Amino acid sequence: MKPLSRRQIAWRAAQDIADGSYVNLGIGLPTLVADFIPGDREIVFHSENGVLGLGKAPAPGEADPDLINAGKGAASLLPGGSFFHHNDAFLMIRGGHVDVSLMGAFEVSERGDLANWTTDDPGFPPGVGGAMDLAAGAREVRVLLEHTTKDGQPRLRHRCHYPLTAPHCVKRIYTNLAVIDVTAEGLLVHEMVEGLSLAALQEATEPPLTLANDWRPLSASEV
Amino acid sequence: MIDKRVASLAEAVAGVRDGATILCAGFGAVGGPDELLDALLEQGARDLVAVANNAGSGDRGLAALIANGRVRKVICSYPRSDRPHAFEAAYKAGKLELELVPQGTLSERMRCAAAGLGAFYSPVGVGTRLAEGKETREIDGRLYVLEKPLKGDVAFCKALKADRWGNLVYRKSARNFNPVMAMAADLTVVQVKEFVELGALDPEGIHTPGIFVDRVVQVGAKP
Repeated sequence: MKPLSRRQIAWRAAQDIADGSYVNLGIGLPTLVADFIPGDREIVFHSENGVLGLGKAPAPGEADPDLINAGKGAASLLPGGSFFHHNDAFLMIRGGHVDVSLMGAFEVSERGDLANWTTDDPGFPPGVGGAMDLAAGAREVRVLLEHTTKDGQPRLRHRCHYPLTAPHCVKRIYTNLAVIDVTAEGLLVHEMVEGLSLAALQEATEPPLTLANDWRPLSASEV
Repeated sequence: MIDKRVASLAEAVAGVRDGATILCAGFGAVGGPDELLDALLEQGARDLVAVANNAGSGDRGLAALIANGRVRKVICSYPRSDRPHAFEAAYKAGKLELELVPQGTLSERMRCAAAGLGAFYSPVGVGTRLAEGKETREIDGRLYVLEKPLKGDVAFCKALKADRWGNLVYRKSARNFNPVMAMAADLTVVQVKEFVELGALDPEGIHTPGIFVDRVVQVGAKP
């Protein structure tokens, strides 16, 4: 059994983004998704700081100091891209105009509650940024995360132990072990990495898992 | 005759009182009025409440005000941005109060103040710690939290160009919080790179009409 690398998780999430979608990528693992969009699809990336049509990172020496992404890194604009102010950027999010929000997570509950903004670490002052807006507002929230913590604890929980970003918002979960949908009946496994049994996946997951009838092995290109 | 141009940064920040609520535009280090805030440090106002997306970056502007103990409270979405050492030191020393607001709620609360509205209901934050103590209400089957307007005594903004009426044009993602903050304060002070003749800005492309602007000062002009 070979878990997916972080880049492979991002690759897998990228395969599900439909042509023509308006997509917001969270900071960290979701940012990698932009590198793996299949070439025949036209996707418009939204950035909370007032940009639609973000392109790839500029070549060294070509960065524009006035053009950054949500992670404050240098960005570029594709032909057709646009700039607007913060209220419009968040109107697009809150009003359901952004089709897909891909976010990282500390934990996801069996009903799709999302915890990704604070661990209550007293040495680490909290910040929420646009996370609650995206979780509550985007038309569909999908998360990318490692299936377990560094010490092997499940990140998919009955209830989130960390403070919530939004209740009941996550639709699909991509991990290094599986692709799982949050449904009214609970967590439904669509894909598992080859060589992993449902029992072993269940062992790494707190809430009960159901295997979809049409489940298939989770294979990612070697990226 | 209307002429909102002032000759110096000192003139631009004159009259800001101790205890004032100051709106500080910018996202990370982009689009922020660092020179104006440096001038405010010189001016001496203290006990300030600063509204900003991030709680200062590096050693200038809002970060310098915080490092010098001039800020009592920060209202922001994400205090730890690019180089947040001034915020972290003051926060950990217990010298700085922090009110976290989801990013879109922050900008919408200012828009609400600008628009003369009493409050608004937002789905963002419902079911989370950041909605605690706030009224929630179900509207057409969905829960919302009541958010109140956020008004500044002074807004500090940065634009690319201005004319003597205070009409403004921004550049790329440096627009961010500038338009909403310019609208949401009793006194709006803007630093610009360039003054242009009245009539030189395309009326179809003015981002902030001069009605919202009180003082404009030029900084960083080439000699």
